[in-house]
Amino acid sequence: MNPKNIGYLHPKKLIQPAQNSQTQVSNFEVALVVAVILFVGLVLFVPAANIFVGAFRNGWSGFSRAVTSPEFLHAAKLSLMIDAIVVPVSVIFGIVTALAIARHQFPGRTLLLSIIDLPFSISPVVVGLMLVLLYGRQGWFGPALESANIRILFAFPGMVLASAFVCMPFVAREVLPALEEIGTEQEEAAKTMGANDWQTFWRVTLPSIRWSLLYGILLTNARSMGEFGAVAVVSGNIIGKTQTLPLFVEEMHVQYQTTASYSAAVVLGSLSFVTLVFKKLLEAKKTK
Amino acid sequence: MLLLPILALISFTANLTWAEIWRITTHPVALSAYRVTFFTAIYATSINGIAGVAVAWVLVRYRFPGKEIIDGAIDLPFALPTAVAGLTLATVYAENGWLGSLLAPLGIKIAFTRLGVGLAMVFISLPFVVRTVQPVLQELEPELEEVAWCMGASRWQTFRRVILPPLIPAILTGVALGFSRAVGEYGSIVIIAGNIPFQDLIAPVLIFQRLEQFDYAGAAVIGTVMLLVSLGSLLIINCLQSWGNRINQRP
Repeated sequence: MNPKNIGYLHPKKLIQPAQNSQTQVSNFEVALVVAVILFVGLVLFVPAANIFVGAFRNGWSGFSRAVTSPEFLHAAKLSLMIDAIVVPVSVIFGIVTALAIARHQFPGRTLLLSIIDLPFSISPVVVGLMLVLLYGRQGWFGPALESANIRILFAFPGMVLASAFVCMPFVAREVLPALEEIGTEQEEAAKTMGANDWQTFWRVTLPSIRWSLLYGILLTNARSMGEFGAVAVVSGNIIGKTQTLPLFVEEMHVQYQTTASYSAAVVLGSLSFVTLVFKKLLEAKKTK
Repeated sequence: MLLLPILALISFTANLTWAEIWRITTHPVALSAYRVTFFTAIYATSINGIAGVAVAWVLVRYRFPGKEIIDGAIDLPFALPTAVAGLTLATVYAENGWLGSLLAPLGIKIAFTRLGVGLAMVFISLPFVVRTVQPVLQELEPELEEVAWCMGASRWQTFRRVILPPLIPAILTGVALGFSRAVGEYGSIVIIAGNIPFQDLIAPVLIFQRLEQFDYAGAAVIGTVMLLVSLGSLLIINCLQSWGNRINQRP
């Protein structure tokens, strides 16, 4: 078949090769593309669409009632507060660690690299468990904390610690390759022109890594808002007191309050959607 | 900050007697939980190994309407909170859900069964394989393939002997990453599964249940097992990644 003569909606016209010098796709390749689209549709798109359908099942009033309920508002506030603490802490930790690894040689450097990746491979429940063993009543710091009347577990500080643990790697992992790629020439030039360490960092290093940094912040934010397992273990999941938005979603689902559950899910899902859009934009900027 | 909690867990477990540790680790419920967790994760990541390569292949080598949307959507499991993922998967694939109702007449139940656990694992580990294979595919030079065609290789031969070999490290890395994520996953699976011991109870949920019952010893032992698995996976992934870097730098 001559590609110029077949209709615009024919699969072989819609699906074009993108890399090598093929001019037309074979039937097998059409089937492959369709199969992939179906697979992604069934596994990703249909569930994603369902989030919105479920939230508005009782119409707009059902949705607005759910998102103005005190439990929802408290959960949203809690999630945002945790986020507001975790993101700056991760940024500072990430930049410091990435700078240390990229710019200095020290014993244990490769070990530090592997340790940074730890939160990625540890199950969130195990993270929560470790924090319970550390700060709980039977834990290492337990007795000391109790005598000082500080509550870490089943309270805000524990949830911040849990979220911070799982979000630690993101900024470091994104900034490190950027630092290594940019190299030290600009920084050295700045030093020869008389800049001190802070000036060099603020005016030379930071702007050169800004897109990778933003990308890392984006991922940290998405992860900390959505973290479930670690926070569930550490918080005790007390509704209205220590329940974040993801925990709220699960609680409402378990209590068969579907609309409330889906409404919170839609809020979180929209945040994810925004994250994805920004991710695409930042990726383009990063590789320029 | 990162190391202290790990030390706390290990030392807590070390404080128990070996007999206790053995008893808890080999408790029938625990053994079944390991089995369900690991085998379902292996099945799920194998499916993703094949499907992920197909998705990455299609995204790199063809242009078609909607390609950018699908490319962006691949990261959805990464960005979506696990609780939301579990909620929506459980509803869609429940017996009266959109897709579950299509499968129910065939006798296939997904939600609240091991299949549901597997589905959740496929969902959350899909981006790993796709995103590790995609860059490698992108960097493959078309000239290599065209040379193979010139020398008379069929399309299948070209794929098997020219294209596939450089991809193997990336595929294995992606599968290992997905596996380690799937094994530790809690949020989405606890919602979609019935969490019934010996049926679809996974290890992370078991740990959570032990903690709820204040059985710190039980939770710590199983947690240490999971931690060792995580550390082992991390080691394997690092080795795979450096193998992949070595291979792809050969001239």
